[in-house]
Amino acid sequence: MKLAVQVNEGPYQHQATDSAYHFTKAALEKGHEVFRVFFYHDGVLNGTRLTTPPQDDRNIVNRWVELAEKYDLDLVLCVAAAQRRGLVDDGEAERNKKDATNIAPKFRISGLGQLIEAAIQADRLVVFGD
Amino acid sequence: MSDIKKFMYLNRRAPYGTIYAWESLEVVLIGAAFDQEVSLMFMDDGVFQLVKGSDTSESDMKNFMPTYRTLGDYGVRHLYVDKASLEARGLTADDLIEVAWEDFETEEEVDNIVEAVDADQVVQLMAESEVVFSF
Amino acid sequence: MADLLTVNKSPFEKNSLELAIKYSQPGSAILLIEDGVYGAMKGTVAEAMVKGAMGDKKMYALKSDLKARAIKDDRVIDGVEVVDYAGFVDLVEANDKVQAWL
Repeated sequence: MKLAVQVNEGPYQHQATDSAYHFTKAALEKGHEVFRVFFYHDGVLNGTRLTTPPQDDRNIVNRWVELAEKYDLDLVLCVAAAQRRGLVDDGEAERNKKDATNIAPKFRISGLGQLIEAAIQADRLVVFGD
Repeated sequence: MSDIKKFMYLNRRAPYGTIYAWESLEVVLIGAAFDQEVSLMFMDDGVFQLVKGSDTSESDMKNFMPTYRTLGDYGVRHLYVDKASLEARGLTADDLIEVAWEDFETEEEVDNIVEAVDADQVVQLMAESEVVFSF
Repeated sequence: MADLLTVNKSPFEKNSLELAIKYSQPGSAILLIEDGVYGAMKGTVAEAMVKGAMGDKKMYALKSDLKARAIKDDRVIDGVEVVDYAGFVDLVEANDKVQAWL
């Protein structure tokens, strides 16, 4: 089965991103293909490498990065949502004249078309939100 | 498998209080480029998204209501409204905007694609959809 | 045609479970996750609704979310099947599509 996953909420504020992570991990471990994980709304906040959670708590951002490294997962932040919320990669920094970037490794910023494409390509779209 | 899927966007949030309504509308607008069979379903406080007469001049928020009127030009074929949600909020179809639709190839025209549907129809429409976007 | 509906809201907070039941076809599967698992508890005002739905729909609840919320097995409504994330994935595969009732 080919899956697409949509994450609508930021880390720590809402359990949606935890649920999405555990679901995605379980699907990959069972040998399913995850075509893309698309982060929308405050979900784009999952992609900042500047997150510093307390040491006794899970590191949600690093968890996504490690999963992506292990399974070559495509982690996409919606560009419109990312711009509103200050998520910046090299391309965005140059285009919008920002003095810093904060995107975590393995994440990329791209358009909403990536969500539509994922929904078309995948056998199932699974949405996690508030 | 056909490349054309039946997409349903399920809108259950009021406008303005949160960004969900506006950002889900952005998905619909971008999705138009993909030539899918697209319907929107408004339910719960989502029905408030279609109420006429919004004025955001004093709240300094972006008024996205005019965008709904253009959805017919973005490949959206149906805007369904859950009748029970309307009635629970003291609203009727007269309170809602009208959205026109035209097929530019066949010149087929529909004056208003906003349609109130009862529970049996909602069940049927949900079941027929192949992809449901929830925001 | 069978669908999987996920519900992540407590039935005491929002009508998501009620609508998932009302607006799904017989044969659908409903999976309670996050705060949605409170809908799987015995002895609540939502129990009759959940039991009624089990006449023609299958109800599931996510194990890790039940455990986090101190809902022990003996507090779960009889007939609600408890699944882990691997079971969640299996439910997604077994149904035609997934609809999130947020």
